[in-house]
Amino acid sequence: MTTHVATLPARHREYAGLLSWLATVDHKKIGLMYIAASTFFLLIGGLEAMVIRTQLAQSNLKLVNPELYNQIFTMHGTTMVFLAVMPFMAGLGNYIVPLLIGARDMAYPRLNALGLWLLILSGIFLNASFFLGGAPAAGWFGYAPLTSMQYSNTPGIDFWIWGLELLGISSITASINFVVTILWMRAPGLKINRLPIFVWTNLTTAFLILFAMPSVAAALFLLYLDRHWGTFFFNAAGGGDPLLWQHLFWFFGHPEVYIMILPAMGIVSEVLPVFARKPLFGYSAVAYSSVAIGFIGFTVWAHHMFAVGMPPAINAAFALASMVIAVPTAIKIFNWIATLWGGSINLKTPLLFAVGFIALFIVGGLSGIFLATVPVDFQVTDTYFVVGHLHYVLFGGSIFGIVAGIYYWFPKMTGRMMDERWGVAHFILQFVGMNLAFFPMHIVGVVGMPRRIYTYGANLGWDTANLIETIGAYTIAISMLIFLFNLFMSWRNGAIAGDDPWDGNTLEWATSSPPPAHNFDAIPVVKGRRPLWDIKHGGQKMETATEAHVAHLPPPSFMPLILAIGLTVMMVGLIFGAIPLVIGLVLFGAGIAGWINQPAA
Amino acid sequence: MLSSHANLITKFWLGLAGLGIMALAGCAPAPSALAPASDHAALIANLFFILFAIAVVVFVVVEALLFYAVMRFRRKKADEIPEQVHGNPKFEIAWTAVPAIVLAIIFVLTWQTLNALAAVPADAVKIQVTGHQWWWQVEYPDLGVVTANEIHLPLNQAAAFTLQAADVIHSFWVPELGGKMDLIPGHSNRMWIRPTQIGAYHGQCAEFCGTSHANMRLAVVVETTEQFNAWVAQQKSPAAAPTTDLAKRGAEEITKAGCQACHTINGTTAQGKVGPNLTHVASRKQIAAGLLDFDADNVRLWISDPPAIKPGATMPKLPLTPDQLDALAAYLTTLK
Repeated sequence: MTTHVATLPARHREYAGLLSWLATVDHKKIGLMYIAASTFFLLIGGLEAMVIRTQLAQSNLKLVNPELYNQIFTMHGTTMVFLAVMPFMAGLGNYIVPLLIGARDMAYPRLNALGLWLLILSGIFLNASFFLGGAPAAGWFGYAPLTSMQYSNTPGIDFWIWGLELLGISSITASINFVVTILWMRAPGLKINRLPIFVWTNLTTAFLILFAMPSVAAALFLLYLDRHWGTFFFNAAGGGDPLLWQHLFWFFGHPEVYIMILPAMGIVSEVLPVFARKPLFGYSAVAYSSVAIGFIGFTVWAHHMFAVGMPPAINAAFALASMVIAVPTAIKIFNWIATLWGGSINLKTPLLFAVGFIALFIVGGLSGIFLATVPVDFQVTDTYFVVGHLHYVLFGGSIFGIVAGIYYWFPKMTGRMMDERWGVAHFILQFVGMNLAFFPMHIVGVVGMPRRIYTYGANLGWDTANLIETIGAYTIAISMLIFLFNLFMSWRNGAIAGDDPWDGNTLEWATSSPPPAHNFDAIPVVKGRRPLWDIKHGGQKMETATEAHVAHLPPPSFMPLILAIGLTVMMVGLIFGAIPLVIGLVLFGAGIAGWINQPAA
Repeated sequence: MLSSHANLITKFWLGLAGLGIMALAGCAPAPSALAPASDHAALIANLFFILFAIAVVVFVVVEALLFYAVMRFRRKKADEIPEQVHGNPKFEIAWTAVPAIVLAIIFVLTWQTLNALAAVPADAVKIQVTGHQWWWQVEYPDLGVVTANEIHLPLNQAAAFTLQAADVIHSFWVPELGGKMDLIPGHSNRMWIRPTQIGAYHGQCAEFCGTSHANMRLAVVVETTEQFNAWVAQQKSPAAAPTTDLAKRGAEEITKAGCQACHTINGTTAQGKVGPNLTHVASRKQIAAGLLDFDADNVRLWISDPPAIKPGATMPKLPLTPDQLDALAAYLTTLK
């Protein structure tokens, strides 16, 4: 184990216990809280999925009424996208990116905490709608005019509007932080073309969020004006256009898909080289293909709208862009396989999940081509085929990637190994369950089952496929319970990991597990893409930047939490009236004033 | 148009996929997009099978490479260091070019099919469909027919649809006859199909449209030109006069109970425009947008409490006595 030099004597108060978490500005604690919150919301979204799958197990079942079913599928999508997958990525990025680039923290530690608290509070805010007049029930992309006051007169849509606005602020602050941190706080010698791919994908994702989020944020605000102030942005009767909503939403919504998948691709690109003991095959191609996906991702949004009646030439243009974006994706898959080829493969759980990611993402990519082919899309859009496709990408892709990342970095975060046997059991059940749950959806969609129906008739031939899907969903649920059990038991009793249990390539394995508050005693100097490999297997010596022996950490602060509470209470006020609005405003102002007047270091 | 060898591929995969689907669907007759009953659906199914063939080949090759790599190159000794290969431009160019070429071919096929689907024939039967929460209003403007939830089409003649929405967005979808087209407030969308097989086809709203989205179903009946003409003639005739005493009382109840405020029955005083036209409701095979088969018991069941059958339905539960319900059901079942 590495022994640490003492940090400089703190010039500020330190808190203990719960307060140390509430006031923390340490990227590692913030990262862990992101991960814990995402796991919690993943479980809520998972419970919602179980209700959906139970209701659809057979025709004409009535576990929940249609009003509640529609709320549940809307919240399942909203929760999984905004409260589970995105913050999981933000959490892993938060914990790992500064370590990967040899930094002491994120560039803006308090802004980092603000993003976390906004995520947690908006998650509570959104889910509170179930108990305060009904959750939103218009689907996760909330098409106008179903979301108008005329057709959705409960506060559910308002909770959805303001919850997503809060989440937008949260992810924009996090993205600014990633961009600045990655561009300005790299260790000496860590040139852009030496960056680990996980850092590349986090950087690309951060830019995607910065350019995509404003579109949906504006659309949500216009929707609020339509609902409460009598404007007609999305109301055809007043000269507006429901399609405006779809364009504004999907201009965000499609890049959002890459926001959820690119960091997972980054994780896979870190795991494969370590577990195959080979450098990533075609590093430049993998890095630049991520950036290419980021750019082209902004030109494909209307492929969600092929059936809205656009002229064939417009549909064809968006089809072409959607097919173009398949090329960098294919490049990545072949480079990953080539990385494994001829390697010395250590078949441990992180690798199993990374390989599972590739195997499932291939299916999601291929079904995506069906959806990009406009005439075929006319048949399969808005059916269970799409539901199957998106779950191969977001469950087979994003979730498998996240789980690979957790098995891979758990030893770094806790100092303990996760249990391998439970890990393998988890993998097998999750992989089998996933295919049972989501593959038959393609078939049942092609044979006529639309998405978002709370029930179906017995005479339509959809019962068998749906029953298999439900069995698959319960298998996934069991695998997730095993995962949680494994996390808990390993955290308590796992084998001691040491600094570098996987024979890693990158800088996070050059410090202790878990790392000290200041990450590195001395900032290392980077001379290649695999600095640790070059030292362990290439005969290089570890060099450090001499001036960096002094670790200087920012003071803890409650201001981000107070500011976040203030913003959230303001949103409550926008739904329920002046009193919470004023209280929120006061807290918000106090948070800002305190923030400004507090020394940053 | 697609070449003949594409049709060969089609037949091969049709058989294979058909088997798989039958096995999964438990042999029930699912409304499959791959069992086309129109030119429109056949064009799409052809393209689907070409993609399916490509996808199966890519899937098998790439998954096999992945699986082989993981199995073949397992670590044998703890300290073994494999050859450090960083890349290979030849391979990388190859696996960039091959997907690009395959996708270019798919794009050309997409473009051709898209244009074939877009050209509406001039001699088409014109049909205007308006989506409501949660039923379909169907009009044949040139033929003077207004009906709901059941569309009749003559065999082998093109039908051109104009699609509109009265409230929120809906999507028109009859899988065996063609792809979807959305019905959007403020927009007027067009699509056409030419049915090539006689039969009754299941359709359903495909865009989430609120509480009873799942209950917005639709039937399309494809019949010979003679049958279709007879159907049109019958639909244009005024409502049948009630003959039995019970049915006569039912006709009076239409006014007393308030049905006429929302429904039209041609040739009577009922001229409401909010709900479906009931002039020939008994000629339809189903009621409540495909939720119940049409018979006197189901009609009675439906009007006794519509929101219980179709949650959220605009049609209210009226305070009707059993006697009134009997009379209304008797009258409505005479409206052939």
